[in-house]
Amino acid sequence: MDLETSKAVSPKLAQATSADPVLLPDSDLSNGAEIGSRDRHTLIQSEESGLQLDLGELWYYRELLYFLTLRDIKVRYKQTVMGLAWVIIQPLTTMLIFTLVFNRFVRLDAGALPYPLFALSGLLLWLFFANAVTNSTHSLVSNANLITKVYFPRMFIPAASVGAGLVDLAVAFLLLAALCIYYGVTLTLNLLLVPLFIILMALLALGVGLLSAAMTVKYRDLRHALPFIIQLWMFASPVIYPASVVPVQWKWLLLINPIAGIIEGFRACLTGGSFAWLQVSIAAAITVTILVCSGYIFRRFEHTFADVV
Amino acid sequence: MNTAIRIANVSKRYRIGGLHPGYMTFREMLGGLVTAPFKKRSNGQQTIWALSDINLEIGQGELVGIIGHNGAGKSTLLKILSRVTKPTTGEVELFGRIGSLLEVGTGFHPDLTGRENIYLSGAILGMRRAEIDRKFAEIVAFSELEKFIETSVKWYSSGMYVRLAFSVAAHFEHEILMMDEVLAVGDAAFQQKCLDKMHEIRQQGRTILFVSHDMAAITRLCKRVVLLERGKVTFDGEAREVVKRYLSSSLKSGASREWTDQQTAPGDRVVRLRRVRVRTEEGETIAVVDIQKPFGIELTYDVLEEGHALVPVIEFYNQEGTELFSTHDTSANWRRQPRPRGTYTSTVWIPGNLLAEGSLIGNVSIMSHFPATALHAHEPNAVAFQVVDSPSGDSARGDYVGPMPGVIRPLLKWATETNDIAASFKQEDR
Repeated sequence: MDLETSKAVSPKLAQATSADPVLLPDSDLSNGAEIGSRDRHTLIQSEESGLQLDLGELWYYRELLYFLTLRDIKVRYKQTVMGLAWVIIQPLTTMLIFTLVFNRFVRLDAGALPYPLFALSGLLLWLFFANAVTNSTHSLVSNANLITKVYFPRMFIPAASVGAGLVDLAVAFLLLAALCIYYGVTLTLNLLLVPLFIILMALLALGVGLLSAAMTVKYRDLRHALPFIIQLWMFASPVIYPASVVPVQWKWLLLINPIAGIIEGFRACLTGGSFAWLQVSIAAAITVTILVCSGYIFRRFEHTFADVV
Repeated sequence: MNTAIRIANVSKRYRIGGLHPGYMTFREMLGGLVTAPFKKRSNGQQTIWALSDINLEIGQGELVGIIGHNGAGKSTLLKILSRVTKPTTGEVELFGRIGSLLEVGTGFHPDLTGRENIYLSGAILGMRRAEIDRKFAEIVAFSELEKFIETSVKWYSSGMYVRLAFSVAAHFEHEILMMDEVLAVGDAAFQQKCLDKMHEIRQQGRTILFVSHDMAAITRLCKRVVLLERGKVTFDGEAREVVKRYLSSSLKSGASREWTDQQTAPGDRVVRLRRVRVRTEEGETIAVVDIQKPFGIELTYDVLEEGHALVPVIEFYNQEGTELFSTHDTSANWRRQPRPRGTYTSTVWIPGNLLAEGSLIGNVSIMSHFPATALHAHEPNAVAFQVVDSPSGDSARGDYVGPMPGVIRPLLKWATETNDIAASFKQEDR
């Protein structure tokens, strides 16, 4: 049977088609799902066409970000025997090692916080950042089968890695809470600002992750360099040592390193001390700048991923 | 008719050459920066145009077939339509959401359950969550996997996996659908379901692009067919005409086909094809068959895993895409017999005076019904040959030299009796 006969068989269908020039007469379709202009008309332009961040498209596909994040989380917890435990064990052992080195062998004055708590508070945020960046860097290449087959904003793949990292961070916070109770940390209003620093860290991880993910697709050996870069960055940031030990002539480095501002700010939430607002503002400004630039660069190269990956 | 897809001056260039297909190492880039000023731009890189200047307009509700040899640009065109890659020049307008049944199971993750995968894969393929919620029961029912929906798909058999994947894709509500040869999955009953589903999609008036090597399916389903050759649209028109043209060019593929690399030969872990050829009784490979002489289609294949009762199958169709018949190996010696490993040669003999003259194509498959019904190897258009009917006077055409209709040309027995001329006509049986 050809199409004309099928239309003749159901005149209702044919009528509906002619009444609505674009949408099809599938009643299900018009009922439930929202139909935006994106559903009706898509213009695919050539590679030379201009560069847009197109936030509207990201919003349109937002549910996919949720499902990809959910996938990353579920798969991780299903694949490992220890599941959730790893999220605790990694910061815990790292914290114990540094405590041994900097609290027993070398006496380091960590200021208001006991050293284990000091180290853990820095490590939680740092490990979240490092893991999120590492995972997003590998994410595009390991999701090559998706990228070469369906279209969706590729940004969501590294973004999902960061999102999954946030869930790990939330779990690891239980450890931090336990340690806070153990050391009898007093609750202050400063705690209300914790989300601010976590969001900043997540945005920074996304910015750096997007950039390194896009570059890894093109330059494969970058992923071998990444661990070194990340390790260097950790030692350049006051994660395991307090900013007070940094010599005066190097202090400016902490100002332009957004990690420093974020971690110091986060610690101030725990101690109840005063925030270094200048440092935090600079960190926030740099974070946003990195994110916007990376976003553009990622969008710029996005369409080549399928051909290259 | 309203337009569903408008493709204007679309070309796609790929760079080939160099060590890697596309990516390079950071080291190479740094090296390139140093040497770049001293070099002209062409550093051994070649470009190929996978598509050049494609212009097509497809109306809403049309079912258009796309055919072409491997490398003709079919998949590049579909990739551009599905927005996986951008055209180098030109633009495409889509009126409505586009979905594809090209890659069933895209986005499936083995560690997730059937339920989780339906949502994930649905979202990746562009469905809304609310849409999936609404369709969920229907998808599960269609896949017939109600009992296993909370099981990780890694425990699924390959048949179950494909069924679930196809079910998700088939429940798209997208206005434009691209289909590949997805119908070659699952058992016969499921295939029938898929065909019914496709029928339903067509009746809803949605636009379908159907890519296939199966000429019979193309001519059966599509009125309009587009032929792609070396990146260009060389024919766009009535299905039978286009298919005929395609097949006459594909006839060059010949009377014998050999696969030297076992890894890439058609088949699976159980069996791999080695050679298919058209032969005479004397054992000679022939591309042109005399209509009166019996000839054989000989399959040589390696059985790599023992314990399967294998059934070679050949389907024949002609250049109009009409399927003539298919034949299954029913000989007693290997029927229902699990086969040991080894290289086998099976030949089916087609008697003389059966087929009409013309170009014929053979699709070769190897199935098994024990331990389970499965399709192990399937090679469409494995062999092509020409049946000729020379007017020698001994064939079914006798002394007639004009065109004869029909897909078979049996030499039948005629009997004529004679009587005196009577007053009334008396009809005799032949």
